[in-house]
Amino acid sequence: MDYTFQFGDVFAQLPYLLGGALVSLQIAFVSFWAGTVIGIAGAIARVYGNPLARRVTGGYVTFFTNTPALVQVFLLYYALPDAGVLLQPMTAVLIGLTLNAGAYLTEILRAGVISVRRSEMEAAITLGMSRLQILRFVMLPHIAKTIYAPLSNFFVWLVLGSSLAALFGVEELTGRAINISTANLRTIETFAVVAVIYVVLTLLASTSLALVGRWAFRVKAKVI
Amino acid sequence: MFERILQDAPQFFAGSNLLFIAQAMGRTLAMTLIGCGVGMVFGLLIAVVRISTTPLLLPLRALLVLYVETFRRIPFLVILFIVMFVIEPLIPGASLLSIATVSVCLLSTAFLSEVIRSGLESVPPQQIEGARSLNFTFMQSLFMVILPQSWKVILPPAAAFIVMFIKDTSLASQLGVVELTFAGKMLVNRGFSPVLGFGAILVAYFILSYPLSRFAAYLEKRLASS
Amino acid sequence: MHHLEIRGLATGYGAQQVLKDVTLPVDRGEVVSLIGPSGSGKSTLLRALIGLTPPTSGEVFVGGSKVDYSSRASLRQLRDRMSIVFQQYNLFQNMTVLRNVTITPLKIKKRPAAECEREALQWLERVGMAHKHDAYPDKLSGGQQQRVAIARALATRPEILLLDEVTSALDPERVNEVLDTIRGLTSEGITMIIVSHEMAFVREVSTRVAMMDEGRIVECGSPQQIFGAPLQERTREFVSKILRH
Repeated sequence: MDYTFQFGDVFAQLPYLLGGALVSLQIAFVSFWAGTVIGIAGAIARVYGNPLARRVTGGYVTFFTNTPALVQVFLLYYALPDAGVLLQPMTAVLIGLTLNAGAYLTEILRAGVISVRRSEMEAAITLGMSRLQILRFVMLPHIAKTIYAPLSNFFVWLVLGSSLAALFGVEELTGRAINISTANLRTIETFAVVAVIYVVLTLLASTSLALVGRWAFRVKAKVI
Repeated sequence: MFERILQDAPQFFAGSNLLFIAQAMGRTLAMTLIGCGVGMVFGLLIAVVRISTTPLLLPLRALLVLYVETFRRIPFLVILFIVMFVIEPLIPGASLLSIATVSVCLLSTAFLSEVIRSGLESVPPQQIEGARSLNFTFMQSLFMVILPQSWKVILPPAAAFIVMFIKDTSLASQLGVVELTFAGKMLVNRGFSPVLGFGAILVAYFILSYPLSRFAAYLEKRLASS
Repeated sequence: MHHLEIRGLATGYGAQQVLKDVTLPVDRGEVVSLIGPSGSGKSTLLRALIGLTPPTSGEVFVGGSKVDYSSRASLRQLRDRMSIVFQQYNLFQNMTVLRNVTITPLKIKKRPAAECEREALQWLERVGMAHKHDAYPDKLSGGQQQRVAIARALATRPEILLLDEVTSALDPERVNEVLDTIRGLTSEGITMIIVSHEMAFVREVSTRVAMMDEGRIVECGSPQQIFGAPLQERTREFVSKILRH
């Protein structure tokens, strides 16, 4: 096969692609933090809630972790207009990914909460610590250690998962790659460059998260 | 919205639609199973090469690390596009289903090789030294000592990843593979209510992946305690 | 001709040279014990001999023929004649006691199954573990695991047996059962090199004792001489410190 690779057209569009990478990061960031809010509530409900609350959160987690995010967003995007709610593509994607993230984060945070050892809690109570002090000195260090690595892995997963937004016309990294490749017809080159950007982006994300983890929580996470 | 669902329902649940969904489910399952089967085999090969210490294989090890780290850091959608645009000119008649399956294989090999590698590394090095001192070859230690112990560590996370691959195959709908997600889109395009169409598809995915995630959770509990 | 001859052996881990220059001739049937402070290179010497930490210089002869530690065939021949028992037993956790003992003669040496099993049971009987032949290692105490490890090493019919601190990881009340087992083997005519901190035992079973320090053999002689009338200051210091306990 005599195909000559030409990256010139793609490199000319690098600023446009990097702008898309920023959008991808934003999607991941928003759904991560919104998902964390759900996750904290969910984890508390799963561990300390009454049977009904446990069942409801359990059902939520089971449903969202066993079905594809793409179809969930399809449902939001195409079914809600029937009920009179018209969502922007970006909004539908953000809601879908947030609900997804909330389910996974509930599980991750729950593992963190139950990692706190009962014996240490009892020791803290007998030492006369206040509830806030127990949270600060006994519970949080344990939780941070248990959940930090899965949390940063999950953030990386969200960065990659945000690419489904392209299928709804959102111009994040993959979406912009599709735009460029249909214009310059250098599909392989375009997607190769985009793949490299994703690799660099996620490497940067996990490396900086690992460094933050070491510095703030003394978590010995692998830097790469 | 509800009137429309009620109005569509009898026609939607007609035998032909259910058969259509079942066939699509078969394609989703086929992509996942072939992908994971291939991923297990090549993942094991990669893991074995990566834990070997022969200087001879150093370049190969570097190449494999590059492959594994790269494919775990590219969205599956991008993998699909790249595989499609590479394969189409090379093999003109290649079916979309085979292109998507190759993509799943590439993805699952990368992820499963990591799962298998950490499983192999969970066997205490003293036992491997014991085997070496008794004249076991590398392959003999692998099959008689390492693998019989590491499958317990490998299986639970592997099952969890297979659940992830089932869900990832939904992106293959974008190439035009008539798997579950694409089937949902077609049903909605035929005029059925999106709630019914995509709802049924969600249920179908759930039927595929829920038993597997339960199995993964069960394995984790069972094998961790033994 | 010496059964085992070590000449100027040296090795280490990375840049750190643990074993510096060890020369030690051993005759057939001898029981040589290595004593000395921790970090003096005793275990490293055993690991170097069987090629787990390959020597960086020096020579080893077994039965007069030189061992080439870079050649697989030569290592294979060496390990056919030499076995090691580790401090941590290193039993295969996925196999029963009997399987641990039979696997090497059966699968590696390809001897007939019935013979392997009969011999394995005899060895297990010798170490007092035949009644546990169906158990898995994680169900056994440390002392029991170590006795199985000894049977596993012997089932390969070694001419030379290396024992690397075989009682160091054991509970105090388990030490004697393992020492008794080894004591019973000294009449077998197997050449043994023992690393041990059990000085009374060393004194009793050894034909010779070698004192090691900083990767070298400081002094080598009969147990009576080493413990009773050491020639070197370093040996005297070590022995008196040990015997004072």
